[in-house]
Amino acid sequence: MKLDTSGLETFVPPSRGLNVLPSDFTASPAFDLPGCTDFDGFQKNAVQMVKPAKGTTTLAFIFKEGVIVAADSRASMGGYISSQTVKKIIEINPYMIGTMAGGAADCQFWHRNLGIKCRLHELANKRRISVTGASKLLANILYSYRGMGLSVGTMIAGWDETGPGLYYVDSEGGRLKGKRFSVGSGSPYAYAVLDSGYRFDLSIEEAAELARRAIYHATFRDGASGGVASVYYVGPDGWKKLSGDDVGELHYKYYPVVTSSVEQEMAEAPVA
Amino acid sequence: MALRGDWVYENNGGTCVAIAGSDYCVVAADTRLSVGYSIYTRDYSKICKLADKCVLASSGFQGDMKALQKNLAAKHLIYQHQHNKQMSCPAMARLLSNTLYYKRFFPYYTFNILGGLDNEGKGCVYSYDAVGSYERTGYSCQGTGGNLITPVLDNQLKSPSPLLLPSRDAVTPLSESEAVDLVKDVFASATERDIYTGDKLEIIIVNATGIRQEFLDLRKD
Repeated sequence: MKLDTSGLETFVPPSRGLNVLPSDFTASPAFDLPGCTDFDGFQKNAVQMVKPAKGTTTLAFIFKEGVIVAADSRASMGGYISSQTVKKIIEINPYMIGTMAGGAADCQFWHRNLGIKCRLHELANKRRISVTGASKLLANILYSYRGMGLSVGTMIAGWDETGPGLYYVDSEGGRLKGKRFSVGSGSPYAYAVLDSGYRFDLSIEEAAELARRAIYHATFRDGASGGVASVYYVGPDGWKKLSGDDVGELHYKYYPVVTSSVEQEMAEAPVA
Repeated sequence: MALRGDWVYENNGGTCVAIAGSDYCVVAADTRLSVGYSIYTRDYSKICKLADKCVLASSGFQGDMKALQKNLAAKHLIYQHQHNKQMSCPAMARLLSNTLYYKRFFPYYTFNILGGLDNEGKGCVYSYDAVGSYERTGYSCQGTGGNLITPVLDNQLKSPSPLLLPSRDAVTPLSESEAVDLVKDVFASATERDIYTGDKLEIIIVNATGIRQEFLDLRKD
């Protein structure tokens, strides 16, 4: 005999996730979470499926005149190059820029969010937010999502009342102040060039050239980096894009083709 | 949780392509819907008209595709009531990005391309990943046939990177009819090699005069 146990089952009301449109969707949106028991497992699988951009070279350093920020422009999914024209230097406001390494959507969204927060700070306090403050806003947000699978490695560079500012912020909650950073899979190569050529009293042109060379050499050795090497400068009057060069063309600038002299011409064999 | 297993996604395949020109935008997608080796239907439209000058083509999981389209359509309706005008394509692009990102921890398993005309009447294409990172491009291809078609589009249409400084002029060198022909060709070829692409091709052409629709039969095997 089969027992009817249907009366013992607890009644579960339809979950919010099944509604295509939440009833109050004019209210500010909130992050929807999967209704499964194993969130970590779900995240792991979901991330596998929608694999965000990984593999990058970005760098930034402070010198006499301000801050230089540079990055490549490649986005890859495993071995497939999904884009060669990614804007990895994100303009937060006219005096501050951020770089993008890790998940493309995570970086794009939270930098956009940071831009809004900085503008609100400006309206509330009648002065621009400091780089220290802005980077801390971002670090605090990222820390609050720690362990949820965000992937962000960013440098916030800008100019405020105290002069040039540079911070490294990541999704693990780290926030470091420094003079010289490089982030991404190509960073060891970029650091090698950057550290060997860096001086505090570089001119703007020299500094831009150093950054460009560091990005170029990183794209040369790191398969996950490539595309266009963009260089930005942040000074007392805000940021300015100094250059954007296809690294394929830069190669011939750094290593011009030398036509090798012919050692021996082929000649008619003398008739015996 | 009742009514929902731990894994809720399926890949229903499909390919979408969009090409932007100086005064037009071509958005196309095949109409096959399948899971694994079985074809569910040969006549499922993956393209959704969001505004007069803005269309969305998606591939991936049909359930999420439909949910996303309905969500955006509803938000657009509210926007129209609040602002008494249609949303512009760049605004819709940002809305789509945010909509996708708010599902960051429970993503819409959809790969989207948004095509249309921008505020100046120029063609625009925005391509997305599943969690909302986006980029404005001259042309784009996503879905199961993406890896087959993208290199062909690169070969035919590649223009200097917009990141270059000094910037170089980057306009798709094709006329509207040439772009439509190219789209037909790449889909015919992708159908030969991708089991998830085929049956029928739906082409939407957006230009100053409005939206036009065309169909082309593809292989049904």
